[in-house]
Amino acid sequence: MSSVWEYANPKKFIQTSDRVLPVIAAMAVLCLVTGLIWGFFFTPDDYKQGSTVKIIFIHVPSALMAINAWLMMVVASIIWIVRRHHVSALAARAAAPVGVVMTIIALATGAIWGQPMWGTWWAWDPRLTSFLILFLFYLGYIALWAAIENDDTAADLTSILCIVGSVFALMSRYAVNFWNQGLHQPATLTVKTDSNIADVFYYPLMVSIAGFMLFCIALIVLGTQTEIRARRMRALMARERMG
Amino acid sequence: MMPDLGRYAEAVLSSYAVSLVLLVLLAAISIRRARRVKRELDAYETRLRRDRG
Amino acid sequence: MIALLIRDVRLAIRAGGGFGLGLAFFLIVVVLVPFGVGPRTELLTSIAPGILWLGALLACLLSLDRILALDWEDGSLDLLATSPLPMEGVVSMKALAHWLTTGLPLVIAAPVLAIMLNLPPQGFGPLVLSLILGTPALSVIGTFGAALTVGVKRGGLLLSLLVLPLYVPTLIFGAEVSRRGAEGMDFSTPLAMLAGITCGTIAILPFASAAVLRVNLR
Repeated sequence: MSSVWEYANPKKFIQTSDRVLPVIAAMAVLCLVTGLIWGFFFTPDDYKQGSTVKIIFIHVPSALMAINAWLMMVVASIIWIVRRHHVSALAARAAAPVGVVMTIIALATGAIWGQPMWGTWWAWDPRLTSFLILFLFYLGYIALWAAIENDDTAADLTSILCIVGSVFALMSRYAVNFWNQGLHQPATLTVKTDSNIADVFYYPLMVSIAGFMLFCIALIVLGTQTEIRARRMRALMARERMG
Repeated sequence: MMPDLGRYAEAVLSSYAVSLVLLVLLAAISIRRARRVKRELDAYETRLRRDRG
Repeated sequence: MIALLIRDVRLAIRAGGGFGLGLAFFLIVVVLVPFGVGPRTELLTSIAPGILWLGALLACLLSLDRILALDWEDGSLDLLATSPLPMEGVVSMKALAHWLTTGLPLVIAAPVLAIMLNLPPQGFGPLVLSLILGTPALSVIGTFGAALTVGVKRGGLLLSLLVLPLYVPTLIFGAEVSRRGAEGMDFSTPLAMLAGITCGTIAILPFASAAVLRVNLR
């Protein structure tokens, strides 16, 4: 228990995570159910947005996790490049599908919210556009993992793509901000409720965010276990073929 | 029981429905794949051990 | 390094139309747009900068897999890797050769095609300027993508999927420069941003491309 790097040993990681995973999963379901039921049934309508304010209990946490999953992938990629721990590379791989789903949820709920509120499903607003670009980066990352057969090569290439992609994603964020101001009047559409959110919405939102976070962590840990096992399987088969 | 969602009922309900379906789908696929890979690996390892021993 | 550059440029011009292909593609895209959106002059005028930038970007994309694929297949990339030339130099030269054979002709062709799209006269300068400044970034980023997918069989589609999101900032600022130029507005801010992106990618990305190529050659 001396250092965090002990968990870079795949066996140790699987042993420990097997013990921790049920706890995280149970807490995730508890928080998620509490947060969403609280948000859906026991919050008042907003005076401006009506009942659509209830959507933020999904929208904000999923958007948050979409970005956090990518950040986690960047950190894991850097750890893989610097210290060559396989668990790290495989954790990055496992985080990508979770991030994609979170991005889709954020985009979908945003579109459904935007329809009655802004009168349109989609606007080329900087925030929306940035998320679309993030989505494309996720797709490219996953496609690269899938395309390369050798595990270590794939881990190296996707790590570098992840780091380079992050730099470009940040640049795109600023470019998109600039571009939209260049085309339209300053955005009037991004009146986000979280800056002046009232307590009645704040507490269920926090519970919901915790739920999403634990949910993602549980899935990423599970996915990492799966990837470790799949990799071990391929290694064993390769060794057998060698005789 | 059901809160009054007013004229935005469709939007609220559909966004909850879409999100829950996606979340459940993601969890189900992850768990299924985890189970399958674990089963395959266990089977393979026991076979290897038997072949050797 | 110079010898490598000359060899690549020569190969690109000689071997099987890789040189003219990008230009022809650019021409066809620009010709097809009026068929798609209708021949209204004022509409074409307003979308001309965007169409020209998008056409140039797609034409650039089309020839990316040629940067490294041929050298990878016949093994000359392995030879280059064992030569005293640093890998960073090799990929920089590859990118430069790609720009000379694809980017530069596009820049030269763009004003001619701009006439067909009714670009206003004051827009020509900014258009050419933005393309000259922006296309090197496209080549350098594209070389990075080509290095990533060089080991993948039939990686053309994957290459596009990886490279296009990376092109977003360049496209935004490049098209913005030429659009503002066409409308007679001040375009110095996006021009500075575009130049910054190009300089940054040229300075840093070859290291990433070289690292990727070393992994692929392992």
